[in-house]
Amino acid sequence: MLRYAIAFWLRSGYRKLYLVLLTLAWCGAGNAQVNSIELSGNISVDTRAFFQSADYPGQEDQNGSVSIEPEFYFDWADGDQRIVFSPFLRYDTSDDERSHADLREFYWRGSFQDVELKVGVAKVFWGVTESQHLVDVINQTDLIENIDTEDKLGQPMVNLSFIKSWGTLELYLLPYFRERTFAGEEGRLRTSLIVDTDHASYEASDEEKHVDFAVRWRHYIGDWDIGLAHFSGTSRAPDLVPSLRAGQLVLIPHYQQIDQTSLDLQATKGDWLWKLELISSRNDQGRYTAFVGGFEYSLVGVLGTASDLGLLLEYHFDDRDGKATSPFQNDIFTGVRWVLNDIQSTEVLVGAIVDSDTQATFGNLEASRRLGQSWKISLEARIFSNQDKRDLFFDLRNDDYIEFQLSKYF
Amino acid sequence: MRSINLSILLLLLFLGMPIAAEPSAEKGLAIAVEMDRRDTGFADSASTMEMVLKNRKGDVSTRKLRNRVLEREEGNKSIFVFDDPLDVKGAALLTFSYKTKNDDQWLYLPALKRTKRISSSNQSGPFMGSEFAYEDMASQEVEKYSYNYLQDGELDGMSVFMLARYPVDQKSGYTRQLLWVDKDEYRPWKIEYYDRKRTLLKTLTFADYQQYLAKYWRPHQMEMINHQTGKSTLLKWDDFQFKNGYTEKDFSLNSLTNIR
Repeated sequence: MLRYAIAFWLRSGYRKLYLVLLTLAWCGAGNAQVNSIELSGNISVDTRAFFQSADYPGQEDQNGSVSIEPEFYFDWADGDQRIVFSPFLRYDTSDDERSHADLREFYWRGSFQDVELKVGVAKVFWGVTESQHLVDVINQTDLIENIDTEDKLGQPMVNLSFIKSWGTLELYLLPYFRERTFAGEEGRLRTSLIVDTDHASYEASDEEKHVDFAVRWRHYIGDWDIGLAHFSGTSRAPDLVPSLRAGQLVLIPHYQQIDQTSLDLQATKGDWLWKLELISSRNDQGRYTAFVGGFEYSLVGVLGTASDLGLLLEYHFDDRDGKATSPFQNDIFTGVRWVLNDIQSTEVLVGAIVDSDTQATFGNLEASRRLGQSWKISLEARIFSNQDKRDLFFDLRNDDYIEFQLSKYF
Repeated sequence: MRSINLSILLLLLFLGMPIAAEPSAEKGLAIAVEMDRRDTGFADSASTMEMVLKNRKGDVSTRKLRNRVLEREEGNKSIFVFDDPLDVKGAALLTFSYKTKNDDQWLYLPALKRTKRISSSNQSGPFMGSEFAYEDMASQEVEKYSYNYLQDGELDGMSVFMLARYPVDQKSGYTRQLLWVDKDEYRPWKIEYYDRKRTLLKTLTFADYQQYLAKYWRPHQMEMINHQTGKSTLLKWDDFQFKNGYTEKDFSLNSLTNIR
C-alpha cells in the first residue's frame, strides 16, 4: 500500500503537474497575503475483540491499531485559493496489510466567480442513503479500514465545477486508479481465499493509468435534492476471480471498464426524509441495475426529553442477484438512530440488514460520545449471523467483533 | 352647525386615539414590524460566537462557532461553521429561512465530506446541546408569530413595551413568549419562553448592545437560563462585520461542502 502511494507521487508526469499547478496558483495569488494556515486532525487508538475464534492460522482474536490523520490547510486571496494536505497512517498489530499509509488529500482549489477548479488528490462524496452508498463512485474504498465501505482512498483528479442558478455542474478527470485494499492473510474480516492485491488485473490495457471521466449535476428544487451523474472508466469494485498462483488458490481482483449512470434523490417532507440511490451500470457482460431506497423518520424530543429518535428503513436491490459484487441484492435495512442532544453529543445507531432470500443478517451497533473538549470515544459492533453459502458475507460468519476507539482531536 | 361639526370631530378624534396600556394585537404587530424594520438593510453580516454551557452542578463546556448571514426579502440565508469542540470542527449548517414555510437546512459533515439535507419541520430541539433551541437561533421573521401588546413597563431603568408573541408553527416547543422591548431603539432585552404545558421554561436576557453602521444594534451577550433543568447557556457574540459583499454563491450547497 505504502509502495503504491510513493510510486504514484514519484511518477514524474504527476510531479511535474503538481509543480506547474503550484506555481500557477502562486502566480495567481499575486501579492495576496496568506489568509490562514491551520493544522488539525486526529489520532486514534482502536482495539478490536472478536467473539468467535479465528478460522485461519495466523489470525488473532484481539487486535489493536493506531492511526493518525492530520490536515494542513493553507489559503490566500481572501480564502479563494487554498491548498490542503492530508496524509493518513495506520499501524495494525495483527495484519501487515492493514498497516498502511495513504495520501487522502493533497490539492489546490481555486474559486473564481461561479467556477471552481480543484487539482490534486481529494475526496468527493455523492449520495443520500445511510446503509449503502451506491452512487459514491469517485473515490476507491479503503476496505481494509472498515467493511462498511465509508473509508476512502484519495483520488487524483482535475475537477471543474460550475455553480449556477440551475444547479452545480461538476466535471471530473480522474487520471490515476487506486486499487481496493483487502485484508491480508493474518487479518480478520477476510475472504477465505486471500485476495492477491499485488497481482490485480485490468480490462484496460493502460491499467491504473487509464483516465476516467465523471460528470454530475446537482441541485435542490423546493423539498427535493437531486443528483444526476455519469461515470466512465475503471470500476472501483473489482471482481474477485479465483486463480492459481504459485500453487496456491487465491482471489485476483479484476477491474472492469464500466459506464455508470446514477441518480440520487431526497425528498424532505416535514419529519420524513425519503431517499433513493439508483445506478445503471454497463460493462463487457451487459448492463445491471441496482438501487437502495427508503426513509428516515425523525421524532424530535421523545417522551418529553431532549433526545431525538430517527427511524430508518432502506431496501436494497441488485438485479445481478447471486452474481452481484455487492452483498445486498434483495435486502432490507432497519435501524434506529438515537441522538441524546446532550453536552457530550452522545449518539447511538443500531441497525440490521437482512437478506430477504436467505435471512442472513448483518447487525450493527455504533455509538460515540465526546470526552472533555477534544476527545471522543466510539464503539462499533458488527455481527454476521445466519450467513448462507450464497451470501457474500459467508466468509465473515465467524468474524463478529466489537471495537473501541479513543480519538484525540487537535 | 359649526359647534356640532366640532363635537363630531372631537368624538371621532377621541375614538381614533390609541388608548395607552391596553392589550392590543395591532399594536403588538406594529412593534414587531418596527423591530424588524430597524434591523433591515444590513445586506450581510459575519460574527463569531462562543457558547458557554453550564449544568446544574456547575460543569462547564464551550462551543465556538462562526456565523454568516445574507439578508434577503424572502427570508435570510445563514451558515454556522463549528470551530470547537474539535471533534465537530469544520461541520457546518446552512439554512434558507422562509417567512411562512419550513426552513431548508443542510448539514455538512467533514469526516465524510458529506452534505446532508435534514428535516427542519421541528426546530424545538437543542442547538449543539445548549439551552438555545434551533428555533431560538433561527431568523426571527415577523410572519412566524402572532402578537399581542400587553402594556408598558420598566426594565433596569428603561421604558419598555411588554409584548406577547405566539409561534404560528404547531411544532414549536413554545406556546407563547413574553418580550421586553425598549421604546427608544426597539431592542429586545428579555424574553420568557413558555412550554407546551404553558409553564415558564426559559428566560433569555440580552446585554451589551452595540450599534453598527450607525443603525444596527447587536447584543454582545445573550444568556438563556432553563428554570426547569437548572442549566444555562451564555452566548457571547463578537467581531461583527457588515456589508462583506456576500452573494448567493457564498450560501450555496457547493460553498457548504468547501466551507472553512
